Amino acid sequence: MNALAARRRHPAAIALLLMLALVVTGGLYAAFAPKPAAAAAVTADQVAQGKALFQANCASCHGLNGEGNEAEVGGELRSFGPSLVGAGAAAVHFQMETGRMPLANPGVQAQRVSKIKFEQEEIDSIAAWVATLGPGPARPDEEWLDWEGSGDAGRGGTIYRSNCAMCHSSAGAGGALTRGKYAPSLEGVEPVHIYEAMLTGPQNMPVFNDTNLTPEDKRDVIAYVKQMHAVGNPGGLGLGGFGPAAEALFAWVFGLSIMIGTAVWLGQKGA
Amino acid sequence: MSETTASRPAAALRADDKPIERAPQGAVGKLGGVAGWVDDRTRAAKGVNYLLRKVFPDHWSFMLGEIAMYSLIVCLLTGAFLTFWFVPSMGQTVYDGSYIPLQGVVMSEAYASTLDISFDIKGGLLIRQIHHWAALMFIVSLSVHMMRVFFTGAFRKPRELNWVIGTVLALLAIVEGFAGYSLPDDLLSGTGLRAMQGFILTVPVIGSYIAYALFGGDFPGEMIIPRLYAAHVLLIPAILVGLFIVHVTMVAVNKHTQYPGPGKTNDNVVGYRVMPVYAAKAGGFFFLVFGLTALIAAFAQINAIWVHGPYDPSAVTAGAQPDWYMWFSDGALRLLPGWIEFTVFGFTFSPNIAIGSIILLPLVYTVLGAYPFVERWITGDDREHHLLDRPRNAPTRTGVGMAAITGYTVLALACVNDIIAIKLGMSINDLTRFFRVAVFLLPILVFWITKRICLGLQRHDRELVLHGRETGTVIRTPEGRFFERHEDLDPYTRWRLVSFDTYRPIELEPATDANGLVRKGARKDRLRAALSRFYFTDQIHPVTPAELAAAHHDGHGHEALEGAAEEEYPEQIGADR
Repeated sequence: MNALAARRRHPAAIALLLMLALVVTGGLYAAFAPKPAAAAAVTADQVAQGKALFQANCASCHGLNGEGNEAEVGGELRSFGPSLVGAGAAAVHFQMETGRMPLANPGVQAQRVSKIKFEQEEIDSIAAWVATLGPGPARPDEEWLDWEGSGDAGRGGTIYRSNCAMCHSSAGAGGALTRGKYAPSLEGVEPVHIYEAMLTGPQNMPVFNDTNLTPEDKRDVIAYVKQMHAVGNPGGLGLGGFGPAAEALFAWVFGLSIMIGTAVWLGQKGA
Repeated sequence: MSETTASRPAAALRADDKPIERAPQGAVGKLGGVAGWVDDRTRAAKGVNYLLRKVFPDHWSFMLGEIAMYSLIVCLLTGAFLTFWFVPSMGQTVYDGSYIPLQGVVMSEAYASTLDISFDIKGGLLIRQIHHWAALMFIVSLSVHMMRVFFTGAFRKPRELNWVIGTVLALLAIVEGFAGYSLPDDLLSGTGLRAMQGFILTVPVIGSYIAYALFGGDFPGEMIIPRLYAAHVLLIPAILVGLFIVHVTMVAVNKHTQYPGPGKTNDNVVGYRVMPVYAAKAGGFFFLVFGLTALIAAFAQINAIWVHGPYDPSAVTAGAQPDWYMWFSDGALRLLPGWIEFTVFGFTFSPNIAIGSIILLPLVYTVLGAYPFVERWITGDDREHHLLDRPRNAPTRTGVGMAAITGYTVLALACVNDIIAIKLGMSINDLTRFFRVAVFLLPILVFWITKRICLGLQRHDRELVLHGRETGTVIRTPEGRFFERHEDLDPYTRWRLVSFDTYRPIELEPATDANGLVRKGARKDRLRAALSRFYFTDQIHPVTPAELAAAHHDGHGHEALEGAAEEEYPEQIGADR
């Protein structure tokens, strides 16, 4: 008879078994249940801290309770800061982690800023608070960001060309929109931010929700963009990825000058 | 010969003459032997002799056309290599080459083979890039060559025909370029083809029939790539090379023009013979152009077709531009307002597209080709011109040329309005509005500025000739007067500044004859006289020897500083002088 069998009548056994069952059930639930990812890990403290941070840094445009700031100017309803009800944690993460929020300066659209003024912890808590305002997209699971492991770049490229290239350009170099707005370059953008941008549609970007582009689709798009940029420019200087515009400038300025320079040099020689 | 001389009695006096000894043919040495053998069979010696002894003037601007010629040859050489691997087919295939982001993607064989050339064939990418850069440089250099010919008046009699051939060559070059960059069947080139099909559809009545015939059905069909391929590698190059040989032959036949200068007249060509100088220089220049193009291609990527992906009619990319020589047309489309499209009896007419494409494209090249004849009509000048104009000495022509270049450039820049907007942080709407105004106003402004600059330079030339170079040496006379010593130009420099033609504006004949009847062609004459006035009213004439003598007499080559204000000579302009 082994030690375990000897103790099975122990008064604590039932309690232990119950604990084990709870852990397994909870674990299984955690593993399989569809979950609003960040929400599970959020504590009340974090939400409170987020609210305080929000009210100190964001409320001047988005309102004290994230209700937005709309006012009538000359008979026209204008929005000075959209309502964040339903914006979700993903939107907060995207906007704040890329430095677009807090807005560096007013303009046609928020610009990416390289220096992020908030700690990751602070951004997480603001996101947690905004997520409590109403149901909205949460941060994507790691599974959908694993473009290297399970992404299909070829498939992603097809999706990219039909849905993304008309603004971000086929090279992912970005492109112009109306009235000074623009689609930014995708070079060096974190996979999670590409995913969140598709999910939340920041600035002028349309929302690609999960029925429109499934999480697999989004992961493949990320795989395509990342792999395309990983190849780099096998032909030499990329000239900014702006195609014939950059090539023409290069041919007219550099190509023509070097040819004429050679002609002038040769014109003075040997006769 | 011998029969006629034999009949003369005096011929007997030369009976003892030794006959002229001629070296037996083939006895001059090995090379002479071969040459003689070839000449006996081809009669080539005369032509080769003519060519090798031909004299050409020397100037770097005469080598612009050479750059174009060599770039064309580079295109032919590299193009031959590309045909070994390129598959001109729109048949579908699944890509399995080494470019990972497109693996497993369904695409046309044309696109797959271009990817193979770029990634899986040794040296393929380099050759492709040399081919494309050389094509760009071909059209860049032929354009600059064309500007040189225009601004120096080299298109005047007897070279009008060669200008027309050159214009046709320029048009063919852009058609060839368009056909070429459409072949890879990537997203960008397919978008260009779609635009081209749109152009054709705007032809009234028969547009849709032409488009269906050309594409073998609706867009994109499966025929257009093989057809463009035949045009790109066979049809257009054959015409291009043929016309280009005629173009170069005409240069030899008409003789090359030269810049004015001492010893250079309308009846001579001052320069060096082909053998040995130009044979060495031009031959060397070919290798320089080839080498530099290869160097550019080795360091700068061009037309990265792999980032665009295969063509798919439902997809489009931002920043889609054609190669630069099609920009002016695409730019015109971006500027044309959409509301000028209209429908009559159920038929849609699209001048918003037609004006910028099927009208503008031929129009630009027709105007270019017609210019020499228009100018000849205005000047009425039937003389041959072998001496070039300095651009300043034809101010109106130079202004017109600059205005045309400005209009073309504004249209071309309108085609990259999105790239300008994103790179300079501007609004694409503002840019478009600016270009819409600029395309009409800037040419006028540039014409005026250019003409003023030319007239100013001409006045400066006159000043130099009449009063010499300012030495900066101020001399004080014993009476206390100050003047700056001017140094006379040497006669060689002076000749360059005074040896040019001027025209008198055409006088208008009365519109009615003595009997009060309206003269035939009076309206045409009125237009011609108006244009002649526009060209020549305010031209500045070269200094005459009498003027020079007068200037030397009263100025002694210097100009008194104190009296400068009063002594300023009167305006030299006006047709009456």
